[in-house]
Amino acid sequence: MIDIDWTLVAESFWPLLRGGLTGTIPLTLASFTLGLALALVLAMMRISGNRLFSGIARVYISIIRGTPLLVQLFVIFYGLPSVGVTIDPWPSAAIAFSMNVGGYAAEIIRASILSVPKGQWEAGYTIGMSRNQALWRLILPQALRVSVPPLSNTFISLVKDTSLASLILVTELFRVAQEIAAFSQEFMIIYVEAAVIYWCFCLVLTMIQDRLERRLDRYVAH
Amino acid sequence: MSPTDRLGETPLLEVSGLNKSFGDNEVLRSIDLQVKSGQVLALIGPSGSGKTTVLRCLNGLEQPDAGTVAFSGGPAVTFGAKTSRREKESLRTRSAMVFQGYNLFPHKTVLQNVIEGPVQVQKRSKADATQRAERLLERVGLAEKRDNYPHELSGGQQQRVGIVRALAQEPSLLLFDEPTSALDPELVGDVLRVIKELAEEGWTMVLVTHELAFAREVADTVVFMDEGVVVEQGPAETVLREPAQERTQRFVHRLLNPF
Repeated sequence: MIDIDWTLVAESFWPLLRGGLTGTIPLTLASFTLGLALALVLAMMRISGNRLFSGIARVYISIIRGTPLLVQLFVIFYGLPSVGVTIDPWPSAAIAFSMNVGGYAAEIIRASILSVPKGQWEAGYTIGMSRNQALWRLILPQALRVSVPPLSNTFISLVKDTSLASLILVTELFRVAQEIAAFSQEFMIIYVEAAVIYWCFCLVLTMIQDRLERRLDRYVAH
Repeated sequence: MSPTDRLGETPLLEVSGLNKSFGDNEVLRSIDLQVKSGQVLALIGPSGSGKTTVLRCLNGLEQPDAGTVAFSGGPAVTFGAKTSRREKESLRTRSAMVFQGYNLFPHKTVLQNVIEGPVQVQKRSKADATQRAERLLERVGLAEKRDNYPHELSGGQQQRVGIVRALAQEPSLLLFDEPTSALDPELVGDVLRVIKELAEEGWTMVLVTHELAFAREVADTVVFMDEGVVVEQGPAETVLREPAQERTQRFVHRLLNPF
């Protein structure tokens, strides 16, 4: 049995939470937003019917999915300086995570678009819409509903993956935990505490996901 | 609305030499058709005969390999390897399709379904489009459903919304692709009644249907297709009661005496 130093737990709670709120959450939100935009572009390239665009997107997605996130992060932060491109830790992390989310979410968005029945495109065409109009006004809103559960998974994974940014010295929840643990030598207590905070973040996100799904429910054919 | 002088002399639509293959399968072989203003033309024939493909070619949903589709007053599109996408899509502005499976937009209310084209494509004001949509919905008895979503309606109601959505485009030609095939039998009547009223009002329409009795009642002309060719065409009474061709005879007989 270990003796729990509750004073340490209480004292380290706020620094850890602050690390989450000012490090983990902004990094997650920025990376997810940029990643989704990238994913949308990649998904469009994949369904464009243009061989070159489709091929580029396919190779990109394959590389992202086929290499470890940590390696991607290190290539950008530690690798790029040797070819003359030096990026600060935080932007490096945001770029790496965005590129990663882009690759994964592209396939989700593409599958969601393909899941919308062909008749919806045709109905758009018969009222005179162009392909783009049909896509933005008819297909994507319906695809969105289908993509919420898998995209939520991507988002929740990302929350946890941002802990990797501690390895390139970004101040976020896990980096703070490492510092406190090193200082206090209470590794078990501090890392479990960090884990609990990550878990709470994800619980909240899961609740938001549920509500979002219910709100978007009317967007699908029953 | 279309002019009501039934069967004006000018052809609204002329189709000639339409060819279409899916892979090795020749679905349409040199189809010629003429639709006059105010005419109701029923396309009948066994499944796989190509009648739905004809309809889809008229609306630009399918690209024929060869042939010409010409609306009076344009566009006239000759299909071939060099036909541009814009040219092919220009056909869509002249006709509107009512689908077998309704294809209503599930994320939009009934009213939003109807005004989507007028507002987004034709750039009408929302107030104007809404007013017209409400009048049309009233006509088909669905005024009080304007704020419902499609999944809250019965199949018959959904199809009537589909018809209103097509009407709201103010097309010169209405296309119906087996509009009652997906409906429960007791709901078929409501939809057919609406189509019949539109025919009486003078709308020009091409109708793919299996309802021979209905075709006889509303259509001026019946075109019988089989294996991608027009086998026989003529006045509805003649083709359906005294078909000249043996293939037509067999088809009509089979549909009228299923057992």
